[in-house]
Amino acid sequence: MDPECSQLLPALCSVLADPRQPVADDTCLEKLLDWFKTITEAGSSLLLLQENPCLLGLLCHVLKPQDLSPRVLSFSLRLAGMLAAQEDCFQYLQQGELLPRLFGEAGPLGGAAWTAPSVRSGWIQGLRSLARHPSALCFLADCGAVDTIFSLQGDSSLFVASAAGQLLVHILGLSLQGPAEGHPGLQTGDWPVCAQKIVSHIEESLRSAATPQITQALNVLTTTFGHCHDPWTQVLWGRLSPLVACLLEKDPVPAAHSLVDLLLSVARSPVLSSSSSGLWETLAQTLSHLSPTQAGPLALGILKLQECPQVLRAQAFAVLLQPLTCVLEATAQAPGLLDSLDGTGGASVTVDTLLPSKAACVGLLCRTLAHLELLQPLPQRPSPWPQAPLLGATVTILRLCSGSATPTSDAGGHLCAFLVGCVRVQRAALDFLGTLSQGTGPRELVTQVFAVLLEYLTSPDSSPTVLKKAFQATFRWLQSSPETPGCSDLDPHAHLFLRELLPVLPKRLCSPCWEVRDSGLEFLTQMIGRWGGQAGFRRALLASEVPELTEQLLRDPESYVRASAVAAMGQLSSQGLRVTPASPEHPGGQQKSLLAELLHILSTDSEGFPRRAVMHVFTQWLRDGHADVAGDTERFVARVLQVASQDLDWEVRAQGLELALVFLEQTLGRPSSHCPYAVTPPVAAPPSSLAQALRPLCRVQLFEFAFRALFDCDRPVAQKSCDLLLFLRAQTASYGGPQGSGSVPEVASVEAALQRWQAGDQGQPLGYLEPEVVVAVLRSMDLEGLRGALAESSDRVEKSPQSLLQDVLATVGALGEDEADCY
Amino acid sequence: MQCAQIQINYYYVGLWTGHDFHSQFPSFATCSKELKECSGHVFVDSVPEFCLPETELIDLSTVDVILISNYHCMMALPYITEHTGFTGTVYATEPTVQIGRLLMEELVNFIERVPKAQSASLWKNKDIQRLLPSPLKDAVEVSTWRRCYTMQEVNSALSKIQLVGYSQKIELFGAVQVTPLSSGYALGSSNWIIQSHYEKVSYVSGSSLLTTHPQPMDQASLKNSDVLVLTGLTQIPTANPDGMVGEFCSNLALTVRNGGNVLVPCYPSGVIYDLLECLYQYIDSAGLSNIPFYFISPVANSSLEFSQIFAEWLCHNKQTKVYLPEPPFPHAELIQTNKLKHYPSLHGDFSSDFRQPCVVFTGHPSLRFGDVVHFMELWGKSSLNTVIFTEPDFSYLEALAPYQPLAMKCIYCPIDTRLNFIQVSKLLKEVQPLHVVCPEQYTQPPPAQSHRMDLMIDCQPPAMSYRRAEVLALPFKRRYEKIEIMPELADSLVPMEIKPGISLATVSAVLHTKDNKHVLQPPPRPTQPTGGKKRKRASDDIPDCKVLKPLLSGSIPVEQFVQALEKHGFSDIKVEDTAKGHIVLLQEAETLIQIEEDSTHIICDNDEMLRVRLRDLVLKFLQKF
Repeated sequence: MDPECSQLLPALCSVLADPRQPVADDTCLEKLLDWFKTITEAGSSLLLLQENPCLLGLLCHVLKPQDLSPRVLSFSLRLAGMLAAQEDCFQYLQQGELLPRLFGEAGPLGGAAWTAPSVRSGWIQGLRSLARHPSALCFLADCGAVDTIFSLQGDSSLFVASAAGQLLVHILGLSLQGPAEGHPGLQTGDWPVCAQKIVSHIEESLRSAATPQITQALNVLTTTFGHCHDPWTQVLWGRLSPLVACLLEKDPVPAAHSLVDLLLSVARSPVLSSSSSGLWETLAQTLSHLSPTQAGPLALGILKLQECPQVLRAQAFAVLLQPLTCVLEATAQAPGLLDSLDGTGGASVTVDTLLPSKAACVGLLCRTLAHLELLQPLPQRPSPWPQAPLLGATVTILRLCSGSATPTSDAGGHLCAFLVGCVRVQRAALDFLGTLSQGTGPRELVTQVFAVLLEYLTSPDSSPTVLKKAFQATFRWLQSSPETPGCSDLDPHAHLFLRELLPVLPKRLCSPCWEVRDSGLEFLTQMIGRWGGQAGFRRALLASEVPELTEQLLRDPESYVRASAVAAMGQLSSQGLRVTPASPEHPGGQQKSLLAELLHILSTDSEGFPRRAVMHVFTQWLRDGHADVAGDTERFVARVLQVASQDLDWEVRAQGLELALVFLEQTLGRPSSHCPYAVTPPVAAPPSSLAQALRPLCRVQLFEFAFRALFDCDRPVAQKSCDLLLFLRAQTASYGGPQGSGSVPEVASVEAALQRWQAGDQGQPLGYLEPEVVVAVLRSMDLEGLRGALAESSDRVEKSPQSLLQDVLATVGALGEDEADCY
Repeated sequence: MQCAQIQINYYYVGLWTGHDFHSQFPSFATCSKELKECSGHVFVDSVPEFCLPETELIDLSTVDVILISNYHCMMALPYITEHTGFTGTVYATEPTVQIGRLLMEELVNFIERVPKAQSASLWKNKDIQRLLPSPLKDAVEVSTWRRCYTMQEVNSALSKIQLVGYSQKIELFGAVQVTPLSSGYALGSSNWIIQSHYEKVSYVSGSSLLTTHPQPMDQASLKNSDVLVLTGLTQIPTANPDGMVGEFCSNLALTVRNGGNVLVPCYPSGVIYDLLECLYQYIDSAGLSNIPFYFISPVANSSLEFSQIFAEWLCHNKQTKVYLPEPPFPHAELIQTNKLKHYPSLHGDFSSDFRQPCVVFTGHPSLRFGDVVHFMELWGKSSLNTVIFTEPDFSYLEALAPYQPLAMKCIYCPIDTRLNFIQVSKLLKEVQPLHVVCPEQYTQPPPAQSHRMDLMIDCQPPAMSYRRAEVLALPFKRRYEKIEIMPELADSLVPMEIKPGISLATVSAVLHTKDNKHVLQPPPRPTQPTGGKKRKRASDDIPDCKVLKPLLSGSIPVEQFVQALEKHGFSDIKVEDTAKGHIVLLQEAETLIQIEEDSTHIICDNDEMLRVRLRDLVLKFLQKF
């Protein structure tokens, strides 16, 4: 510990021990504990106690009957536990009988302070830290702590109850670490007393008629099997599994969620799943006993297992698919679809039982769709994957939600009444439909998919969030539709769809709801990015009003929409899809160039998002050699950097550095280590001399921009600039020869200016810099040191332990002053 | 069409009046002069006529009171008040009357502008009509259709209306109180509570739970209703008004951006206020700031101005604006900035100001008369233009039929803010009436979408439904009347507690009933003989009544009564259950004892001794005081 901290510690301890000086803020106590944890992990706790007797004083002091705040008591219990984690320190504390007084019956346990949840929590966490060595186990047994922990499992505070369960798991593991290790055949009868006591308690709880107790026992076992894969867990499961199986015989099954968690935890445990013979049967039995809502997570868990019997997987999949089977049945779908979903041939469940009310129906369908979405991309997903029925069911659900399905049965009518207009189900179904685009499907079903997507994209009733999902699903389906042989254009069906979609898009771009305009633009940007080069798509797009409307949205009142419009226009322009018709108001008049328009947004838009979007577009244009940029790249870069350097948004300035880096790479040649696999566009041959190479950079005033950014008040900008300058310095070194020969006074004046900038005075510009001066300045700067300083977090000073101690003391002092003020 | 009428005691309360407008349709050879053909459809060329409220079932001259729900459903009022012998009172809120007047004025103005000498009548011949194509052959009561009323009739009808405010209690003949409550649908639109001291009927018609310009719907006051009569739900339950407004704006913007004009056939009040407000927020974002909006109606100016002065009838947000002070509706700003211009008709200033592309709001939404007809003819040939239908009252296809073939785009965005079925079920959960009464068509899915179980009223107990012209007994029995006791009489009462919390007292009083109010007054003192010189006899001091018999209460337990009879030597006793109680037969004695809830009769032939014995036995089971 620092001497400074050692000096402050006695004052701190006396403040904490003084009930008249309450500590207002819990977080500082947490930080103190974190600090003590670091110290005790790094060194001897005993030494810490001996060198700082005030700590022991504090621990003794809190035991005196007084009106001490529960926070400080909890803090002391946790601190004591932390210190006693080392056996020698534990013994030291035991000598003074301090630990039994803190954690035993005589301590807070019996007192009024125990009513505070924070004290109970501190007690548990103290013991949790303390229980690290065999002596601790004896201590726990002696002071009767385990019984208290049992009772705390049902504590009114969920945090306390959960921590109690965790502590039991920890104690069980600790007590079995020594003797049972390496002896899988060992019977529980031979286990240490402490472990036996815990196991008996779990058994008793499992036999109980009270669901909360069963839940506690199941949770302890779940955590145990989840964290520990020692051989003794086999013995434990062997003993307890019959009791767990008995739970399944009850109707309804108690604590079903916890039971599912336990069984999945057992199934995932490599030790248990391989050895326990009845596990798969128990899982199968559970699947058939639980209600559809409860069985869903279990079925998903089983299907996610790496190894599991095929029959069980089939059963789990059938359970998972049950709600969708119901939907297909109720809407009288083609029997072929049903057969493949109802894989087990088990008793079919009717809509009335599975989806009895609107809330149950919506909840179950959403969960089922979400589960299937999770399962779809996994390698261990069921095979064959029933792509066609799933597509059919999802399309049907979407139609039921929109009211366009025409079910013939009563059950279908009820389903329709439940689902019409249900946004939650629509979102879940569209997400899943998007995921299903990864597979193929029969042509007629794919046609139905596109039809239902078009229905959603067209419907005035689609909510903005549903519409966004519909756009995303549409893009994924278009992406997955087979490409025309010989070229990467859209296939004819997708083209037909696009022909119907494009008239819808303008309406969406004119929506009064900005979220809709925004999703429309995002979709458009994706589409152009993917098919912008293809003739069919280009023709369809140019024949629509979309490009013109997109340009108008650059002036949208909503900043998110402007940002999306900037991105879309950037793409349109890159692909040569920007139309510039002579407007009726200005026949034959030259329309403002997009570059000028985007520069205008960059320099005048009041919101950050559109300006950031412009910087992204400009960077991309520079990278791609966009025609508007390639004409006079230097002028473009100079102008953009000039505007970006004055921007108040740090992301715009950071993106300016990105643009500067691209320009730098194009001027000096791409660094070989930057991205070894990237396809590099042809770059101009590197200039012969360094001065010649740097001159364009000087002309665009890149250095002024970079140096300014180096002292930026926002750290990410400064870091990025530092990296850029380090890269540049490395590049200059590769030219060799006499360098940095700028005139000394000039270099000195630049350095002086930079020092002023660093001090915060950035008023004076550097003006044009000669390459030689730049090189000399770069060489003289301690960029590595600066990078190191920037790498440290900005609150490093405030986070020091000394500062923490001072803060605590100051806060308490301030509290005193406040009291005086109040008076 | 009168949609419902409630009879309370002997009084009739008519609830809402509207009228069906029948466009004039096709024809036959014998009446070929009346007929015109257009794109395969045949139309009747005539002055527009209107179908009147139901008169066969109800004699309107016997209706005592008419309660008007909102300005859209009072359009037939002149037909009732001026031509049926109606002498009752009409109740409505002030905005309802003022805006109703505007709607009628516009209608009269539109029709009188293009006078026609004659109504077509030949096609109405039943033999001809039945051969006409649908929907003409299905038109009902064609012989009763009438030409439009005049402004004099409108003024006369409106003069019979008595203005009321929300939550104002109006006594009707002392029998019931009626109270209008905000229904949230239009300015001044009302639901009505009709209640006596022990019964409460709520009449909910044309209500909205959406946040639009009117004061929100008052749901709390509808609670504890015995019966809730529910009607006037949305006509387009599948069209969500929010989605439709979005559709309206998008289509409007797209048309105008392409240089086309937009025509919105509409009423001069109502949804137009909300549309203008949406456009106010939307035009800048859509880059439409330079596009002129024209509102053309003979009552355009009055409508826009009236809306701004009915502050107390507006939603909370708009009310607060008034105190700032700012105009509650943003169309004031649109007018100020010259973005919205209004004109009484096409002629005059409009023709000089007119600039294209533009957006025109004008009537009539049926497209049969009014300025809209000119715009349909002017813009119908160009595919750049669009007509957007927002009023749900008319089939847009029928409205467009005489203009076919048409090149202009037609968009149907019906905006009906009235309750949909989801909102109804929320409302009923909140209000929890004992019974719901509604038109039959609300209790089943629409015929065209029979699978849409969500498009019907679903409540417990199931709603009672009624059909056109059906008479329905409301499911409650009037059991109690409230009677007031005069204070001096109340003072004289001596209550006796017969059960904890229940006391009884005997009362001798005179029941005075006037205007359905019942009052117990002290009995008149016996008049003192005036100027009699005879000495009073001692017996004169005794009041002129017999010895008071004790009053009886309680009920007779039949089994115990039979046992008592047996104990007293009666045998051969039979007990029969009747609808109202029991009959105890003493077969030997040929005697019959009828025991009912509020009476007991002993019927025996001339055996007074037996009757007295039996009476005394009966009395043993009753309490006396």
